[in-house]
This record gives sequence, structure tokens and C-alpha cells, in this order.
Amino acid sequence: MKAFLGWLDERTGSKKLLHEALFENVPGGARWRYVWGSTLVFCFTVQIVTGLALWLAYSPSSQTAWESVYFIQYEMWGGWFLRGLHHYTAHAMTALLVIHLMQVVIDGAYKAPREVNFWTGVLLLLLVLALSLTGYLLPWDQKGYWATKVATSIAAIAPVFGPAVQRLIVGGGDYGHHTLTRFFALHAGIIPGAIIAFIGAHIYLFRRHGLTPKEPRRKPDAPFWPDQLLRDVVACLAVMLGVLFFVLRFHGADLGAPADPSEQFSAARPDWYFLFLFQFLKYFPGGSELWGAIVIPALLLVFLAAMPFIGRWRLGHRFNLGFLWTMLAGIVLLTHLALDEDRRKPEYRAAVEIARQDAERVILLARAPAGIPPTGAVTLLRNDPLTQGPRIFAKNCASCHRFDGHDGLGGQPKDKVSASDLKGFASRAWLAGLLDPEKIASPRYFGASDHRNGKMVKFVKEELAEFTAEDKQVVQKALMALSAEAGLKAQREADERDAAVIAEGKKAIAGKIMTCTECHKFHDAGEDPTAPDLTGYGSRAWLIAFISDAGHERFYGENNDRMPAYGPKKILNEQEISLVADWLRDDWYAPEQPERLSPVK
Amino acid sequence: MDTHCPPPPQPDRRNFLTKAAAAVVGGLIALVPPLAGLLVVFDPLRRQTENSGAVLVTSLGALPEDGQPRKFPVLATRVDAWNRTPNVPVGAVYLQRVGGDRVRAFNVVCPHAGCFVDFRAANNHFHCPCHNSSFGVDGKILDPKSPSPRGLDELPVEIRHENEIWVTFQNFRAGVKEKIPA
Repeated sequence: MKAFLGWLDERTGSKKLLHEALFENVPGGARWRYVWGSTLVFCFTVQIVTGLALWLAYSPSSQTAWESVYFIQYEMWGGWFLRGLHHYTAHAMTALLVIHLMQVVIDGAYKAPREVNFWTGVLLLLLVLALSLTGYLLPWDQKGYWATKVATSIAAIAPVFGPAVQRLIVGGGDYGHHTLTRFFALHAGIIPGAIIAFIGAHIYLFRRHGLTPKEPRRKPDAPFWPDQLLRDVVACLAVMLGVLFFVLRFHGADLGAPADPSEQFSAARPDWYFLFLFQFLKYFPGGSELWGAIVIPALLLVFLAAMPFIGRWRLGHRFNLGFLWTMLAGIVLLTHLALDEDRRKPEYRAAVEIARQDAERVILLARAPAGIPPTGAVTLLRNDPLTQGPRIFAKNCASCHRFDGHDGLGGQPKDKVSASDLKGFASRAWLAGLLDPEKIASPRYFGASDHRNGKMVKFVKEELAEFTAEDKQVVQKALMALSAEAGLKAQREADERDAAVIAEGKKAIAGKIMTCTECHKFHDAGEDPTAPDLTGYGSRAWLIAFISDAGHERFYGENNDRMPAYGPKKILNEQEISLVADWLRDDWYAPEQPERLSPVK
Repeated sequence: MDTHCPPPPQPDRRNFLTKAAAAVVGGLIALVPPLAGLLVVFDPLRRQTENSGAVLVTSLGALPEDGQPRKFPVLATRVDAWNRTPNVPVGAVYLQRVGGDRVRAFNVVCPHAGCFVDFRAANNHFHCPCHNSSFGVDGKILDPKSPSPRGLDELPVEIRHENEIWVTFQNFRAGVKEKIPA
């Protein structure tokens, strides 16, 4: 071993190198306040290692970025841990950078002869922020997509070259494959490369001028090894434990629903360290964003860079300190204001809740046996009745109908209810209410529509109400048979169990007691129908046809009460109509082991 | 290089504990990120290749009566990390009649190094364009100097409903004498 080390040293000078690394002089002995630079180098190393491992599984394109991150997070061995480590170390790095900067300024380490070193430090700060910004987009989820759009739109308001710069960053006119390839190259290659170069310069300059001792020196000078090194690694350990706490507490980093340019995302916010800029922009009226987004931040940076010169004046150092503390306080205040405003806004909280549900839902769909189609996970949500149904319902149906008393999304439409409540439509419970003399004329059924004076209400209130107990049993059978026509997923077992009763009920619908077929058509029975066809009532095909054109002679015909012909009038397309129909029929993917996700509350 | 600092003092040999602690803590924190990374890197080792079972390839009528092999794509569900795509080509087979309604299937991949083998109708044999392995029409190695360690990989064939040809498609490890599923 000794011979080998001797040989290595002779060829490479390794002994001297090691000696230089370990026996750097620490004036005044080891102190805790000197650890910050080392924690940053440590964090950056963690980012390189975890980043390279993530790189092996990441695929930058708009149809695979979210999908590959999902795969890392939910399918690969320890992927959530790796991603969490990378994510939270990035957060730690930002916080540590601020601490390092403050410590350097407080200790006067920015002043001559260390100006250049200070500037490389400021550059490193900016580069690390650029890493955070580019990394935020890479998972290609709604949050990253919309928040980064804000950042690149800001680039475009810069004078003269702004729009060109934006196009170059985005890789075209709009976000797409090349946005991801560019952001990824920046995030994993160009910026880290620059950081490595600047860290090299930073450390070289640091060693050239030596550590800036905090006066008064409490102890004699000591070498870096082992006292200061121990302090450094203990500080790194503390940082790592902090990061691990978050990784384990939140089970890795968050992954929202896949980016969708057509899907509103009101919960878009930058990460916490950019919130102050986000808030700052709110105070600049239209046309003056340039000041808030570019000019003022740039001036502050110029000022920061000029601090070594200002520090030469008699009161300069104190002025610098005051300036930095004021800036920090301003940042904290703006961040607080941003958070506080969001906390107070019910719309924001609702948007966050919807975002959370979409994220949960898409992961459930991605893990379904059908998997993710090559068009990307975004199609899973676009084609999911549970996600889209309530949204289409709220926009198109809830001005008259309700769903369990609300608009499908949990809100209250401004128009008064004027048609039936469709929660559980065609189920036994729903039909039982329809055939209940007490309920049929309530707003839940026909009470608010023109049908309140129609034949059906009259029949239920006058004739059915007078039925004998025996006849009421026939009603019950007919009701079960009608509900079975729908073939509802939730009633499948009950329908199979009651097959015999349902067969009787089918006959009863056309029978003398019920007399349904006097107005309705039901399979072969019923001539000259004046009311909706009950054949396949509530089934997928029936419901789609009904929503498409309720005024069709097969349904209400001339008796139609204001229900628009969604299909023929092209208010909704076929896919949208089937999404609403599937949603109303509770027909959407649910895993075998139901960790059942409720629709939006 | 250093002109501003005084020469560094000699290390204190007595504080062994400090040194040990620094080394242990330093080693510990240096281990976490690579371990987390390696776990993900080794993930492919635990993934099993999914076998789609027998799939319908073509019908008997599509095969020449004279027993000449013909190439067909095999359509099955392709599982590619997060994507699951039904009914897409996952490979190809050579099919040939071997007397009456019996059919033989070869995977088109050369068992030597995984190239796509050609059928040369003029010489009535299979030939690999990469390293010149050649195989008889029965799939056996033709020339003893062939680089391929074994003959073409035969796949199980089933005739269903009188004329449907179903093949259980599979790839095998290249470069070895034995037929080991890949």
C-alpha cells in the first residue's frame, strides 16, 4: 500500500494535494460560522449524484416527461426517495446560499482583496436559482408548466431582445418537446457545468486569500483537519437530516397532474424562494411590469455586486449590512404577503384541492392495468368521466339541473334549480323517489320544471298514491326492472341477484296495474308514445341519446322543457356527452381494492 | 501559491477522536446519495419480461404450399416502461409449412448476436447479414464454421379453428449454446 501511495504521489503529487486540502490554515481555530461554504459544496455534490441517477430514468419530451417522472416516483426501486432527496436538497441549497451570503457580508469577507471571489459567489447564487427554475419544469406537471410559463413570459417583456430570448429559451413559439430538451440541457448540463467552473474559481480564490477570520480570535490558528472538517461534516449531516425529514415526511417530492394547456390551473405558484418576486409583480400596473420583473431586481443585483466598493467607505460596511438586512426583510415580507393572500382566497384553496385530486386521480389511472397510452398521461385525465364529467356538467347542465344539490363541482349555480337532481339517476333509490307521491313534485324531480303539471306527476300523485299494498309491490318490481335497464355498475350484483323479480317487473311495466306503456314505449309494448322511451332507460346508449337531443320524438318530443339539443346543435361533442353520461352512471375506472376517490367536493 | 497566510501549523496527533468522528460522519453522509441512486439504477434487474402468451399471427392460407418460409410481424401488447400499447409489433417470425397443415416458426433474430436473419430463397437457406451465420431451412446450423452457437430459435405453434396460426412469441439470450429465455 505504502509503495503504491509513494508511486502515485511521485506520478501525481497526490500527497501535496491532500496536504493542501486538509491542512489549510484556519486563523483563530475552528468555528461553526465557517461551515456554510462546505455545506453548499456538499449539497451540490448530492445534486450531481442524485441528478445523474435521475437522468438515467428521465425522458424529456412532452409525452414522456411526466410519465417517466411518474415511473421513477411510483414504480422504480426507491425512486420516490431519490427524487425526494434531489428535490429537498435543492430547497436546502437555496436557503444555505442566503445564509452563506449573509455570513460573508456580516464577517466582511466580501471586501478587498476578495471582491472577485464575492462576485463569483453572487454568480453562483444566480446559477443555482436558474437550476431551481429549470428543474421546476422538468416533471411537466401542471404546477411546473404554468409557473414556468410566467417566468418565460417575463423574459419576453425585456426590451429589444426579449421576444427572441423567450423563443430561444422555450425552443419555439409555444411550450413543447424542445422546451423540455432545452430546459433539461440547461438543468443537467450547461448550468451545472458553469457552476462547477465557478465553484473552482470560488474555492481557488478563497484559498488564495485565506479565510476571513472573525475577530477577536479566540484561539490560536489551527489546520482545517480535523477540527474544522469535523464541524463541516456535522453541519452537512444536519443539512442531510433536515432534507431526509422532508423526504420521509412527504414521501418524496410532489407530482401534480400532467401539463395540459387546455386545463385551467389556478393553483400555479412558483416555489417558495421565488414567491417574493411573484408577489412583487402584483404591485406593477399593466405596462410597467418591466420595472418590477427586470429593472428593479437587476438594479438590486448591481448594487449587491457593488458592495465591495461601497464597503471601502467609512460607514460603507454598515450601510451594506443595513441594505442586505432590509432586502432580506423585504423578501420575507413579500413572501409572507403572497402566502397570506393565498390563504385567504377560497378560490385558491379550491384550486389547490382540485389540483390535488387531479394528481391523485391520474396516478390511479396510470397504475390501472390499461397503463399509460403512448399519447401520454394527459389523455388519461381528458378521457376520465370522474374528472371531466363534473366539469362539463357544471358548465352546461347545472344552470337547470343539480347533482346532489350542487353543480357537480360542489358550487352553487346562480340560476335557480329548474330540473331534476341527477345524482344516482336511474338507480333504484332515484326511481323510488320519482315514484313517491311526496317527492315527485319536489325540486329534486319535476317540481321545478314544466313537467310538474304533466301526466306523470298527476299519475303518481293521484293514481299511484291510491294503490293497494299489493299493487305497491308490483310498483316495486317494475321499478327494479326499469332500473335494471340502466345496467348500472353499482347495481350489477343486485340486478343479478334479483333477476327473477326483474323479469316479473318487466312484464308489470307493460301490465294493467302500472300502465306505463300507455304513454311510454317499453321494448315491444306501447304504441304512439308521448313520453320518453323506457327501453334501455338510463343505459349508456340511452343517456347519450337523451342528452344529445331530449326533444327527439323518442324522448320528450314536443313536451321537451327547455333542454337544449346538445348533440345536433353541437353544444357538446360526442366525447363530452359520453363523459357526462358515464359520470352520471358512476361508470369510471376504480381499482379492485377501492381506495375510492370521491368526485370533487 | 499562498503568500498571504502564515505556514500552516502541524496537525495535532492527539485528537484521534475528532479525526475518527470526522471520517465516520463524512463517510456516512457521502453514502446516502449514491445508495439512493444505485437502487434506482439497478431497478431493471428486478423487472421480468412479460410474456404475452400465444398470439394470432396469420392464417394457413398465407403460407406457400411448398414449405418456403415467410416472414410475419408478431402483434402483441408492448409494455415499455410506463407505456402499455396493445396490438403493436413486438417482433417477427418466419413461418413455414412442414408437411400438410403442420407449421414451424422461427424467431427472426440470429442466436449469435441478435441481428435480423434473412431468408435467401435462391439458396433456400437463412443467412445472417451481420456475421454470415447460415442456417438450413429447418433452422439448423448449415456451416460448421458459422459464428452462431445454436440453430434458429423455434417457437411453439398452434393451429386453432383449422387455419389460424397462433405463435407463442419469445426472445432468447444470444451468444450461448442453450436456448435461455431473454
